[in-house]
Amino acid sequence: MATRKLIINGKEVEADESITLLQACEQAGAEIPRFCYHERLSVAGNCRMCLVEWVGAPKPQPSCALQVKDIFPNKDGTPAKINTNSPVARKAREGVMEFLLINHPLDCPICDQGGECDLQDQALYYGRANFHRFVENKRAVEDKYMGPLIKTIMTRCIQCTRCVRFATEVAGVPDLGATGRGEDMEITTYLEKAFASELSGNVVDLCPVGALTSKPYAFNARPWELRKTLSIDVMDAQGCNIRVDTRGPQVLRILPRTNDDVNEEWISDKTRHACDGLVRQRLDKPYVRKNGKLRPASWAEAFAAIAARVKATKPEGMAAIVGDLAAAEEIKALKDLMLSLGAANLECRQDGARIGGAPRQGYLLNTTIRGLDSADVLLLIGSNPRWEAPVLNARIRKAWLNSSLRVANIGTPYDLTYPVEQLGGADALSAIAGGTHPFANVLKNAKRPMLILGPGALARPDGAAILNVAAKIAGDTGMIGPAGTAAEGGWIGFNVLHTAASRVAALDLGFIHGRDMAGILDGAQRGEIDFVYLLGADEFDMNKLGKAFVVYQGTHGDAGAHRADVILPGAAYTEKDGLYANFEGRVQAAERATFPPGEGKEDWAILRALSEVLGRKLPYDDRDALRRAIIADAPHFAKLGEVPAHQGADLSVWTNIGKAGPIDARLPLASPIADFYLTNPIARASATMAECSRIFVGGQSRMAAE
Amino acid sequence: MLQDKDRIFTNLYGFEDWTLEGAKKRGNWDGTKDIIARGHDAIIDEIKKSGLRGRGGAGFATGLKWSFMPKEVKDRPHYLVVNADESEPGTCKDRDIMRNDPHTLVEGCLIASFAMRAHTCYIYIRGEFIRERERLQAAIDQAYEAKLIGRNNIHGWDFDCYVHHGAGAYICGEETALLESLEGKKGQPRLKPPFPANAGVWGCPTTVNNVETIAMVPTILRRGASWFASFGRPNNTGTKVFCISGHVNKPCNVEEEMSIPLKELIERHAGGVRGGWDNLMAVIPGGSSMPVLSKEQADTMLMDFDSLAAVKSGLGTAAVIVMDKSTDIIKAFARLAYFYKHESCGQCTPCREGCGWMWRVLTRMQKGNAKVEEIDLLYEVTKQIEGHTICAFGEGASWPVQGFIRHFRPEIERRIAAHHGRDAMPMQEAAE
Repeated sequence: MATRKLIINGKEVEADESITLLQACEQAGAEIPRFCYHERLSVAGNCRMCLVEWVGAPKPQPSCALQVKDIFPNKDGTPAKINTNSPVARKAREGVMEFLLINHPLDCPICDQGGECDLQDQALYYGRANFHRFVENKRAVEDKYMGPLIKTIMTRCIQCTRCVRFATEVAGVPDLGATGRGEDMEITTYLEKAFASELSGNVVDLCPVGALTSKPYAFNARPWELRKTLSIDVMDAQGCNIRVDTRGPQVLRILPRTNDDVNEEWISDKTRHACDGLVRQRLDKPYVRKNGKLRPASWAEAFAAIAARVKATKPEGMAAIVGDLAAAEEIKALKDLMLSLGAANLECRQDGARIGGAPRQGYLLNTTIRGLDSADVLLLIGSNPRWEAPVLNARIRKAWLNSSLRVANIGTPYDLTYPVEQLGGADALSAIAGGTHPFANVLKNAKRPMLILGPGALARPDGAAILNVAAKIAGDTGMIGPAGTAAEGGWIGFNVLHTAASRVAALDLGFIHGRDMAGILDGAQRGEIDFVYLLGADEFDMNKLGKAFVVYQGTHGDAGAHRADVILPGAAYTEKDGLYANFEGRVQAAERATFPPGEGKEDWAILRALSEVLGRKLPYDDRDALRRAIIADAPHFAKLGEVPAHQGADLSVWTNIGKAGPIDARLPLASPIADFYLTNPIARASATMAECSRIFVGGQSRMAAE
Repeated sequence: MLQDKDRIFTNLYGFEDWTLEGAKKRGNWDGTKDIIARGHDAIIDEIKKSGLRGRGGAGFATGLKWSFMPKEVKDRPHYLVVNADESEPGTCKDRDIMRNDPHTLVEGCLIASFAMRAHTCYIYIRGEFIRERERLQAAIDQAYEAKLIGRNNIHGWDFDCYVHHGAGAYICGEETALLESLEGKKGQPRLKPPFPANAGVWGCPTTVNNVETIAMVPTILRRGASWFASFGRPNNTGTKVFCISGHVNKPCNVEEEMSIPLKELIERHAGGVRGGWDNLMAVIPGGSSMPVLSKEQADTMLMDFDSLAAVKSGLGTAAVIVMDKSTDIIKAFARLAYFYKHESCGQCTPCREGCGWMWRVLTRMQKGNAKVEEIDLLYEVTKQIEGHTICAFGEGASWPVQGFIRHFRPEIERRIAAHHGRDAMPMQEAAE
């Protein structure tokens, strides 16, 4: 890496030529104020707040737009001198600040951005505090409609265009733009149409002022009133790093945390805005069904009802199903409890995906999210990443933008915000495996090819055969490369994309035993299974449970609770400390932000208490002991935040994934997600998600004339 | 005074035939093949020697600009873009060239493209120029038909020339905003570096030149650099089309020698100032963006880049706007400030917010409804815009106001005093 010497504020520094002057100044310890500049967006250079003095240059220079390699040394060969706090730089920045403020309303007391506003903060440090000399009228701008999530007060806009660049570059939905010229320039969506992206909420974080704020959170709280808890998202299986902001017992908002390995600093709208579902439809006390009706009960009554039924049931007639949002703790506790009862049937794949079992690479996104940046060909099979993992889709788009990643799709085509070659249905998959399809050569000739198997490919009766064929393609086309991460020169291109946050942890902990999903439902209808324990499982047809006795442990009055004979109120993901393994196999810890409402308890504790009533006391009394037990089962749970390194090509492993068999070319390879906004009980309880669903999925967008 | 035999634009007034036939009679397209036979670098050297400086306003040495283009065409093609978005108030020279002498431009495009190894030229013409576009397109069609340009033309350099019609935004005359607009985007200037010679239209090496600059090239090459350099003072050589407007008896466009005294220019070609030279109040020498000259300066001013720069003004586009003593000079500059407020692209902060501020203050000053301290405030606002923007629009908007305050502060003070004599400045109300 070439470097160049600079003298920044009198201090000689050696700066990498590829970075910007702004970054070099920050490395040298100088703070540079900015509004339009954002590390993950293209450089606009329009706010002019980051102007610095380059001694000898005729005018102050925008440090965000100058690369270090553009800064040539002085004529006598001495390094260029940059001053960030000289009178020239200070005057420039004070002038810009004054200009920004002359037309900015003084409504900080009623502005939701107050307390976390870049303009407010920077005005404090870089503004002229002692006088005010603009006596004209201020500009007023009509507010725009940007959908159900983004509230606009456009008079506050400082035209930094971060939102426009985010929409165009990251979200890939060029719905935002600027119209008008000069001081009449306005940021708007075209024709008052909602900003149709699953990532739209991120513009609220990006907006440096209060022009774009969160509509559901409007006037709810001040940032200094909120308790901030670091957590992990469960709305999809990506494990996006989030911060949960609470006041008292209520989660008021969810914000992303930066983690370049997982979500950079984006989260989806579902992650961000489903939190109002945490207070609606909640199960806050145990219920027991008596005479066909669910009646409130005490914990002891509920446990007694379960114990009575368990005693009367043969172990083969018992089944347990783990839902999509469960943490590793309760999965482990439920597994231990059920096995101690001798129950033979454990299942964590509500959607019926035909995956699981050794080797672990057979069900992970092995390339890793970061590794995706260096892929050159991507084959999607039965997947709609835009809805299954929106942040991952943005990462694929980024790879396409930065390195011209070539993407092809087998299965139903979706608008993924980047060009995708459509190869056909399941028969194309067989043709590629057989080497007769031209794309087989594309994969073979690629340096770093990868494929992603989506739930649409695996949740089919012939899912195991598709898995097998995909693994064969991976082995044949060089997707299984040398050991190590992509940065170290290693490569592995075989990937499974999950949509359930609990899935990988449940598979890691071996929550598949006995009958599979179809087998359990079949058995229930035939009367062979007569006791079913649902751990937050709501995503299948409850009518298929026949006459079985159903225990539902969970958080929301959703499908499972309606069918249940006993309801045990559990804790949602913000209400417990939990471990989650994302689709890469990365284990991350979430912290408890609030307590479950009413009599709700942490899920593992419910199972621990139940085990005593059932006479099968689980051998852990606190969370630490439980986590030790988890680590004993699956040692990688000890390495938080890490993804196990790819171990190199052992091709024999790859022939044993899935099960060879016929593939039905007539079945569609379609993503099972029918509505992005309503995929789990929390989202279904959320009024915000319902509104989004109505507008973005139901197609009831507001007309321009309204 | 420039003699008729030394005029480059021999049909500036449209008295003769503008078509290819007429143009050929006046010497256009004569020996173009021989010029091209001299080779790329020889042409650039000749232009360098002639001392030709860009006629679009900034006065950058044309030959030097051309030499910034890569010497070899690699994976990216080269482009010539001709800036025909002539929108500077007071300026109407390119318009007459395209209307009456379009073949000078078309021939210039071919030669300049050849010199810079470009096979394609775009002429970005201002939205309001409807007839001019038709005339220019007709001239290009004639040249195509006569195989003067196009594929396999008689000059042996494949060359395509396209006219692109703008939508009438002043900012699209800024070269990088012009490129953005040409690419179909919102016309907003780009950050530099990278400069167009490195990454211009569609990311390819591009040179953007003014119409007049390009149209002069064939004649310079035909008659030699030393001929061209014999006009004007050193570093300010050649001839120039001056546009004289305002309070003169005969407003006109005229091609003259560089460095001609301003007084001579006005009196000889424009019939003198209305009411005589002593009735002169002020002159804007180079289009509305250039700081105004007082009468005292105008008395002795030579019209070239360096002498105008020495008095903190500039030659700009050489559009001379004459104002006699009947002018409400504050109103005039308030109107100019309105123009800049209206035409600011709005991309970067100082210009977007500052231009409106300047206009509002000047509008109040026009009535005298201001405080004397606000004159300094206004001056400081111009200084806060100038040099802090992405493109030169910031300078173009602030310089006229700065020049105005430099020369006419007493007039503003008088207006304010008169206003306050009648009624004191009203208090600003809280709700405003």
